[in-house]
Amino acid sequence: MTAPTIDRATFDALKATTGDDFALELVDTFLQEAPAMLDALRDGLAAQDADKFRRAAHSLKSNSNTFGAFALAAMARELELAGAANVAANGAPSLEALGQEYARVAAALGALRHA
Amino acid sequence: MRDLRGAAHLLVVDDNKVNRLLLARSLEIQGHHVALAENGRVALELLRREVFDLVLLDMEMPEMDGFQVLEQLVNDRHLHDLPVIVTSSLEGIDNVVRCIELGAEDYLAKPVNPVLLKARIGASLEKKRLRDQQKQLVRRFATPEVAQDLQNSGFSLGGKRVHASVMFSDIRSFTTLAESQPPEETIDLLNTYYALMFDAISSHGGVVTLMMGDGLMSVFGAPMPLPNHEEQAVRAAQEMVEMIVLFNLERAAADKTPITIGIGIASGEMVAGYAGTNERATYTCIGDIVNLAARLETHTKVVQRAILIDRATRSALGERVEVEALGPVPFKGKTAAVEVFSVSPGQKR
Repeated sequence: MTAPTIDRATFDALKATTGDDFALELVDTFLQEAPAMLDALRDGLAAQDADKFRRAAHSLKSNSNTFGAFALAAMARELELAGAANVAANGAPSLEALGQEYARVAAALGALRHA
Repeated sequence: MRDLRGAAHLLVVDDNKVNRLLLARSLEIQGHHVALAENGRVALELLRREVFDLVLLDMEMPEMDGFQVLEQLVNDRHLHDLPVIVTSSLEGIDNVVRCIELGAEDYLAKPVNPVLLKARIGASLEKKRLRDQQKQLVRRFATPEVAQDLQNSGFSLGGKRVHASVMFSDIRSFTTLAESQPPEETIDLLNTYYALMFDAISSHGGVVTLMMGDGLMSVFGAPMPLPNHEEQAVRAAQEMVEMIVLFNLERAAADKTPITIGIGIASGEMVAGYAGTNERATYTCIGDIVNLAARLETHTKVVQRAILIDRATRSALGERVEVEALGPVPFKGKTAAVEVFSVSPGQKR
């Protein structure tokens, strides 16, 4: 993975266009919502619920891009494109790897929050 | 609706909370008022309850996705003109194409660039403003009923047979009156007169199809069928006469001469539709019944009555309205004499 955990330029642009306070509130909202998306990915995969899996990957991709979490966004996109049925076959990242990247993102966003 | 500063009432539809809040924030910074919906079903409920200027619609949503919302909007008579900008991170160009084909005005990839967002919203609102203006123009020069008829079935010259009542009305000795006062005063008088008459006619389901000087032609029962159109036309005529009585009190107070009106009504089968050319046409009714109504109106001067009706109209009234038979009258252009009835104007319902 060459993409940074958080792209500072993107994150700073978000703060500049929406206001510092709002951007930090948005980080909080993401950190509250993201674990449910990861759960939905795991549940969707286990139950082979294609819609649930795709939607969760799609949301995670979209939100990650918003904060400049491009590595996480790229992984989520691969999962979205692969679909619940083909995760293993298409060489898409494992949910474990995705979870580890999310942990890095959460830590980085947490650090930026207190910066 | 949009206020003078260009702030619009927008609806943001997205199942993802971060996306929803972020988009709403960008729009609020641009000065718009924003409502939020977390899926298509909630969005449609809101759209059917409140008036919005524009919708920003996500595609991937549970319960009812964006494609389903677009399909519903296209088929909704009240909402199919509402501009929709799709904001999504859809994978695949065919999905984007599908949005546009389903009537979306524009597509913005997420995360949405605020500058691009502002430009697209500005363009969409401007297009909507022009469309609204056009619709308003049609309404000003046609009638709401005709405008709706045009919007529903499109324009084509030609007519269809309808059962309806036609009313002709005008101001007695209008020419003498117009000659005795400055033209500006006559225009003022006409505008007040039109406002009063249109109100009485349309509140009884009638449609004014022709305005000529002080003369009005109205039809009850076309383009939309109207149950009991004969009585509706007569009730409208009575209200018109009452309005003129009140108007004359005002004129007397301003030291102006009172005006009187004459009204003729006939009912039966006629042809209603668009006549003219493809460039310039008018909604009108044609037939013997229409000529008869015009003759009856002219005859009000002869017999010094305010409202005259034909036998078909009279028969439909039953005993609900007080009517006086004036006997048969030989009208020009009619082979047989026509029975004429007078309706007493000031009758209360």
